[in-house]
Amino acid sequence: MVNMSKNALNRRSVVNEILTNDRDLLVISGLGSSSYDVHASGDSDTYFYLWGAMGGAAMMGLGLALAQPDRDVVVITGDGEQLMGLGSIATIGVLKPKNLSIVVLDNGHFGETGMQVSHTGLGVNLAEIAKATGFEKVTEIKTGDEVSDISLQVKERNGPFFALVKIASESPGRSLPILDGVELKNRFRKALGHATL
Amino acid sequence: MIENTTATYPWEQELFNVLKKNNIKQIPYLPDAGHSKIIEMIHDDHSITPVVLTTEEEGVAAVCGAWLGGDRSVLLMQSSGVGNCINMLSLVSNCNFPFVTIITMRGEFGEFNSWQVPMSSAVQGTLELMGVQVHRVEKTEEVAPTVDAALYSAYSSNQRIAILLSQKLIGRKEW
Repeated sequence: MVNMSKNALNRRSVVNEILTNDRDLLVISGLGSSSYDVHASGDSDTYFYLWGAMGGAAMMGLGLALAQPDRDVVVITGDGEQLMGLGSIATIGVLKPKNLSIVVLDNGHFGETGMQVSHTGLGVNLAEIAKATGFEKVTEIKTGDEVSDISLQVKERNGPFFALVKIASESPGRSLPILDGVELKNRFRKALGHATL
Repeated sequence: MIENTTATYPWEQELFNVLKKNNIKQIPYLPDAGHSKIIEMIHDDHSITPVVLTTEEEGVAAVCGAWLGGDRSVLLMQSSGVGNCINMLSLVSNCNFPFVTIITMRGEFGEFNSWQVPMSSAVQGTLELMGVQVHRVEKTEEVAPTVDAALYSAYSSNQRIAILLSQKLIGRKEW
């Protein structure tokens, strides 16, 4: 039996609140619905949407956070994507970049492939794993009132920060970002003042 | 009996100098005996951030994230790790990220552990199938110039290059 509340949060609303609070965030989104959620809130040159490379979102965020210590880096991804990169939680726990936040939208399912139940739907708790690896701040968000805490923690820059957000297992319509990886890379670097080659 | 050629040539120091000269800021790695000296040097240097990984594909994603933010990096691993990287290399090729990895080879020269051989034999083919050029180095004095050339190509025109340090160069593992 999948342990998911019927009152779980709406993923689009959660992501929209985080991103509209601060348009200067550097964002990496994990493949699938998380990328659509980020795009649905409004596009930005400093949003890098993954369409593949499953399991890589948090580590892209780590490399970016180390390179840009004066900016706030937020990884927004799903439970399935983070489960494939489970070891990266340990790697980030060791490196402890203060400016990196990982937000996992947890619906307990592999949403993109037909809503099969995932490990988190069967009892695995990613927040407890993040705590055990040494993340400075870990929170589980279950109600709409708590979502604003994510933005506060990101701004506080006392990370690494891990937010597990319990969301409903629904599939809002797709909001498709740029597919061209070279364009995504170049516009991101340009926005940070780097050459695009 | 011992085929280790490293004692007579300070290739690790030269390699480290090349990494510094090329302004490498982040070095994600999974350890290997052949990389052990360079990993020590990186940990002793405050201008480079070493990133110890749990599996090699983490490092592929880290290299790409670093470059988005403007940092140059190099991924260190041993030959068995190449198989772990396959799908993550789609990030590198699809976005045309510059990418340099230095791979120490096992399973090819005086190898005692046959479990190392299947992946070792597939390293070059795997990398080439995923769009990564392969430069193989057999002599210690060629390590630094080869890495220097790879970094130049990668960071001047977004090329993807793996440098294989042969097991003969590293020295076979004694059991």
